[in-house]
Amino acid sequence: MTLTQSPLDAIHRERGASFTDFAGWDMPVRYTSDLAEHHAVRSSAGIFDLSHMAEIYLTGPGAAAALDYALAGTLSSIPLGRAKYSLILSEAGTVVDDVIVYRLGEEKFLVVANAGNRFPAAAAIRDRAESFDCVVEDRSEEVALIAVQGPNALAILEATQGFSAEGLAELGYYRCLPREFNGESVLVGRTGYTGEDGFELYIDNAHAADLWRALEAAGAEFDLLACGLACRDTLRLEAGMPLYGHELSLDLKPVQVGMEKVVDMSKDNFVGRDGVMAGVSANAPRLVGLQSEGKRAGRADYPVHANGRTIGVVTSGALSPTLGFPIAFALIEPDFAELGTTVTVDVRGTEIPAVVVPLPFYSRKARS
Amino acid sequence: MSIPANLQYTSEHEWIRVEGSVAVVGITQYAADALGDIVYVDLPKAGTTISAGSIVGEAESTKSVGELFAPVSGDIVEANQAVIDSPELVNSDPYGAGWLFSVNFSSIGDVMSADDYEAMIAE
Repeated sequence: MTLTQSPLDAIHRERGASFTDFAGWDMPVRYTSDLAEHHAVRSSAGIFDLSHMAEIYLTGPGAAAALDYALAGTLSSIPLGRAKYSLILSEAGTVVDDVIVYRLGEEKFLVVANAGNRFPAAAAIRDRAESFDCVVEDRSEEVALIAVQGPNALAILEATQGFSAEGLAELGYYRCLPREFNGESVLVGRTGYTGEDGFELYIDNAHAADLWRALEAAGAEFDLLACGLACRDTLRLEAGMPLYGHELSLDLKPVQVGMEKVVDMSKDNFVGRDGVMAGVSANAPRLVGLQSEGKRAGRADYPVHANGRTIGVVTSGALSPTLGFPIAFALIEPDFAELGTTVTVDVRGTEIPAVVVPLPFYSRKARS
Repeated sequence: MSIPANLQYTSEHEWIRVEGSVAVVGITQYAADALGDIVYVDLPKAGTTISAGSIVGEAESTKSVGELFAPVSGDIVEANQAVIDSPELVNSDPYGAGWLFSVNFSSIGDVMSADDYEAMIAE
């Protein structure tokens, strides 16, 4: 299979990045060091190419109502310039994808879906929007996404040549603002997947490379580092953010992963409502955070044991670069999901004790 | 990509340096780069008897786990404590301070020259 190339591919190759096949895209996994890139985002700033993400636009008088029907939340109530995290549910009430929705106009929304779910997400939205007065456009291959994340992100955007950064200092978390770069439109969201302050910049492919280079040039004095998908994964894990295919799937309902509040049951009619109403069985697994001592981390698919038997499975895990100890998400039987419960993770034959801890593992507020 | 000519290599991306009856073992720069930042190593203890081709330890990075295979048969002389304490040495100096363990060996498994190893990873 031929991999899709990012519009920023030439830049990554100049920088000597290592690449990985991510959902059919040939994306940078790291440039030099996962750990250096991870620490840069926590302490200064990192720049990421996320052009593999899917961008689906809904436009028209029925767009808001269509999203209220298609998604778990009430998108019609978010004001212009706001973003909201939401879920696409199956009829059964399980998770098709998790998305971020930006309200770009009274009658215009952008839904950003995971690269690996681009087609099911776009198909679900298109099907569900059919009886509403709106147009659904999947522009994933035309729109590039560059994220600048970390405490220096704002200063870098303000210092970027040709970039209109007015209003970004005042822009709140999960807000968005249309800006310009050399006269071209850029949608700026104060959003991210790292647990740090930061911005996500949506721009047409043709201008993405110029924007990346301008951001890098401005970032030089702010210790900006180009970052790959490897550190993105450890950053989001520390921040307690789920990754589709690991913590979210078609086998799981929102309540199992602590996302019942993302579902607005006050809406009369949306896809997945009946499935959510049906609930889950008493022993359906729950998502928890696990913390261990030492250096050996549980990883996806490693069994979790208690009382001499298997009670669940690790969905994501790593030795936390920021915290210095192993952390993991796991889906385990509810009897063991209470905070403070000790279980063990089978790390390739060695039982490593782990304690159920609150999420997120890392919060930038707790640090300052 | 550094592949020192004075070392011998295995298809599992390990190198050995023979010093009399002792073989010093490490992983190649290619392997270290592929793993990413190594954060934990599990090495065989001194005195352990190992046989060529068997799994004797592992190297973990933030993203993945690599198994370490015994390139020779014999008894472990020393596990590199510096690497146990600072696994990043394997990334920064894979052929020097990042060596993993030494073996008083009785036989050597399948190894290849630096040129052959270079050809193998170029494929």
